[in-house]
Amino acid sequence: MHPSAFRRAIPALRPHHRLAWQSAFSCVCSVFFCLRTEAILLTCASVLVVGADAAAHGFAGQRFFPATLVTDDPFVADEMSLPTITLVPNPASDGSPSTVEYDVSVDISKRITTNLDIEISSTWQNIKTTGPGNSSVTGFANLDVGSKYLLLVNAPHEFLLSVGVDAEIGGTGSSSLGVDRFSTISPGLFFGKGLGDLPRSLPLLRPFAVTGVLSMDFPTQNKTTSDSGDVEWNPHVLGTGLAIEYSIPYLQASVMDLGIPKPFNRMIPLVEFNFQTPVDRGERGLTTGIICPGIIWSTTYFQIGFEALIPANPRTGHNVGAIGQLHFYLDDMFPHTIGKPLFGGR
Amino acid sequence: MRNPSVLSCATLLLVLSWAGAPRAVAHAFLDHAAPRVGSTVSQAPIELALSFTQNLEPAFSTVEVFDEKGAKVDKGDVTVDPNDGALLHVSLNPLPHGTYKVVWHVVSVDTHPTEGDFTFQVAP
Repeated sequence: MHPSAFRRAIPALRPHHRLAWQSAFSCVCSVFFCLRTEAILLTCASVLVVGADAAAHGFAGQRFFPATLVTDDPFVADEMSLPTITLVPNPASDGSPSTVEYDVSVDISKRITTNLDIEISSTWQNIKTTGPGNSSVTGFANLDVGSKYLLLVNAPHEFLLSVGVDAEIGGTGSSSLGVDRFSTISPGLFFGKGLGDLPRSLPLLRPFAVTGVLSMDFPTQNKTTSDSGDVEWNPHVLGTGLAIEYSIPYLQASVMDLGIPKPFNRMIPLVEFNFQTPVDRGERGLTTGIICPGIIWSTTYFQIGFEALIPANPRTGHNVGAIGQLHFYLDDMFPHTIGKPLFGGR
Repeated sequence: MRNPSVLSCATLLLVLSWAGAPRAVAHAFLDHAAPRVGSTVSQAPIELALSFTQNLEPAFSTVEVFDEKGAKVDKGDVTVDPNDGALLHVSLNPLPHGTYKVVWHVVSVDTHPTEGDFTFQVAP
């Protein structure tokens, strides 16, 4: 998942947003063929300039990188997350009631060429207010579309670099959720690096790998005025994401076979970090973020991942959430049809 | 996108299309090797065997073994096991004590390429 998408998903990561940490995880949800005509047109136009929300899996030399759940990684791939489920309980604070939020998301990524893909995502959200006067709000978050281009792959050093741009299309979500009516464009730089090129005298460090992203959000409106006349500023936001992984499959196949049995031999423990820092419009330096320890189990055609969502500071929130994802490798499932690039190569 | 029933139908159709799809193959990962990855053996092996997670395309699957000086020590007779399309064999020259590096490149039968390397030692 692209950091900007996750930031949109977790309002806590949007300092200018109405509620901290509590209103929403909006990840992803949208299938090409269920889009309405105008959405298709909008998507087609947007992918010319915008970028990537779906997480991707991929290779650099002998390194296999799984699709991370919270931060986007540098790969261009044919794949789909169906579903991504998040749960965030929020205590009452500042006059707001306590809530429990459930999100169900879908991400789809489709390669146009070997190095270029388009991605589309959306999220269905349900926010339940607990305590006196129970209520529930349900709807879709704004649609996210994007594209990513793989610039460089260095197989011996297990290194990759790519660029992408993502767009949250304002006003495409449910008004009941109070979605933004303006759009946000988020270009980003992505990298991945395996440590397999370390000296063989450091065998237990070689299964480590990192992926990361640096992005900047550009809202199309610098402020939003509510019906009551309140003005909310929409700052530019610097996004930073990092995932630190330890690949048991890599350990077994490239370093030393410890005889780890199934299913543990396909597990990849990881910790993801996702931070958002406004840089202007009165919110400069008010960083929010989450730390997400978890595990991914990767098999031939799909992976399953679970992570805890831990607020990185009081500004972000106080409650621990959770995220789980079932992610399909379409390029492995359908290598001769929908799992290959539309143009050229495989 | 604001109509959940449309999304549900679309998802159902996609799932059904998967269910009806022919069995696919995928990237071939190294499952295990003999000698084992990173192991130390006391007796020099006469053959290296690599077992992958997917069946291989013999024409595009190679294994080479090198000694510490970079000299090739395999006999170049790489074969896919006739009874197990995911098992690769290569014969080895007599190996003195030392560390050996195995370098493999394989292509699964659906043409997904993968590669890797590892070492093993022959102890005195």
